[in-house]
Amino acid sequence: MPTPLSENTDALNADKLKAAERRETLTILALTLPAIIAVFLVIVVPVGWLFSLSFLDSSGQLSLDNYQKMIEYKSYIRVFKTTFNVSFLTTFLCILIGYPLAYFLSQIPKKYVGLFMLTVLLPFWTSLLVRTYAWLVMLQRNGLINNFAIELGIWDTPVKLAHNLNGTLIGMVHIMLPFLVLPLYAAMRRIDRHALQAAANLGATPVQAFWQVFVPLSLPGVVAGSLIVFVLCLGFYVTPAVLGGGKVILVSMQITAILEDQFNWGAASALGVVLLVATFAVLLLASRFLKLDSVMFGRR
Amino acid sequence: MMWFRSAASETQITHGQRVWLYCLAFIIMCLLVIPTVIVIPMSFSDSQYLEFPPQEWSLRWYQEYLDTPRWMNATVTSFKVAALTMLVATPFGTMAAYGLFVSGSRLGKAVFFLLMTPMIVPVILIAIGTFYVFGKVGLVNSTLGLVLAHTVLSVPIVMIIITSALRTYDLNQERVAQSLGSTRIRAFFEITLPQLKFSIMTAALLAFLTSFDEVIISIFLSGGGNSTLTKQMFSALRDYIDPTIAAISTLMIVLSTGLMLGLQFIGDKDTRND
Repeated sequence: MPTPLSENTDALNADKLKAAERRETLTILALTLPAIIAVFLVIVVPVGWLFSLSFLDSSGQLSLDNYQKMIEYKSYIRVFKTTFNVSFLTTFLCILIGYPLAYFLSQIPKKYVGLFMLTVLLPFWTSLLVRTYAWLVMLQRNGLINNFAIELGIWDTPVKLAHNLNGTLIGMVHIMLPFLVLPLYAAMRRIDRHALQAAANLGATPVQAFWQVFVPLSLPGVVAGSLIVFVLCLGFYVTPAVLGGGKVILVSMQITAILEDQFNWGAASALGVVLLVATFAVLLLASRFLKLDSVMFGRR
Repeated sequence: MMWFRSAASETQITHGQRVWLYCLAFIIMCLLVIPTVIVIPMSFSDSQYLEFPPQEWSLRWYQEYLDTPRWMNATVTSFKVAALTMLVATPFGTMAAYGLFVSGSRLGKAVFFLLMTPMIVPVILIAIGTFYVFGKVGLVNSTLGLVLAHTVLSVPIVMIIITSALRTYDLNQERVAQSLGSTRIRAFFEITLPQLKFSIMTAALLAFLTSFDEVIISIFLSGGGNSTLTKQMFSALRDYIDPTIAAISTLMIVLSTGLMLGLQFIGDKDTRND
């Protein structure tokens, strides 16, 4: 016979179970603690510190001095302009070169994709410093490209390819290309083939079907890939520093230059904060189109 | 020539009409691969100036690399830092991915975003920020500081791989083990872990490679006798084109290609096991 006593114990048990469940959830969540602590030490505290440094002037007073200078000094504005221009051009060239390759990869039978995909993955996993070095060697005055071009009669005297904007763009496009091709290829594979069959059935020529059906359906992939490339370009350092020869100054290079030459932490931090805000703004836009993890590991 | 006239896609376009696409794709693939591997033949040149094809073949730049203490020290440092990063980042990332995946708590999303920030924040900011803060506590030029920073860069990669592995894994197996009297921890180590083995190995190798190839943070956080290989290469690159770097580059390509093929092998085994 059920007595108030047993009802009580049921309720007690339910409470206990709930408490135990909550405890277990917390224990499980505690597994993330080591990683969280590491991120705090390496990202949150240092970047937060830079953030606060950017609001101090040279005498240590709270001020907007550093940001004001950024608007007043033409050199800063030029650096931001260069960064955006270079990022934009690199992204554009990546689309131009990457789209046909992704299209090719999406059209061949799946069993051959692995083999051809290696041509994208090999550069993807090779150290970018190694690839930058290779371009520096190939683009120099007596380098491979100049020698071939002269031999073939494309130009007569060696053309300056490295240590300027040309070299920077060539190197950056080569390094960024896989970041565009991988998500774009994934997006193209997801396109429903029946849409193209239907277009052909309804009398579209292959060219019409491509431009009016395939290209619009692949646009989300183009947007996803190019936003990733653009964001990576905004903070790019190694390749422009080596191939630009000091003639192409991007924000990240300006930051290190300020630290090396003037040891001005306030100014460098302010530049960094603006770079961070710009990156987040672009990514916020991007998050409407893509999941970050599917981009970084397109092959999985 | 049957192939030439056969349909290549749903729109009935023939392979023959698509030859231009195949040629274009071929050229682009060459443009991707050749600059990546061109340093390999160049590194065997006997000349001061890197030529292609080399006039005289020799191993002198490899000899130079092996004989220079600066390069040897840097190589040891890089391997040490990468190995330690792998040993720390793999458990940290696996624990975090498992915790977030299993708990399904509302807090999880915020934590996941926080742990992914190293992929979003421009590395130059992390570099100068840690240089400033670590400098205050004496962690600049130390192995610990560099390993910590590289760990944070690797954790998101480990998490992405483990999370995607957990998505195809049936967690009920752990519950079954628990209902049969196993503890939760034992269930994880004896039931879940063996099935995640290949994903964890993949994650570990990628963490190693992430640290080994990292440049910017190494430039700021390593120095003197503790300089990494990438830092030494970067400073040598800016001054003049040292052919020794071609030899080092070749070795780095061999290392990353070896790891990549290893991953492919692990991946094949993994799918066969499923």
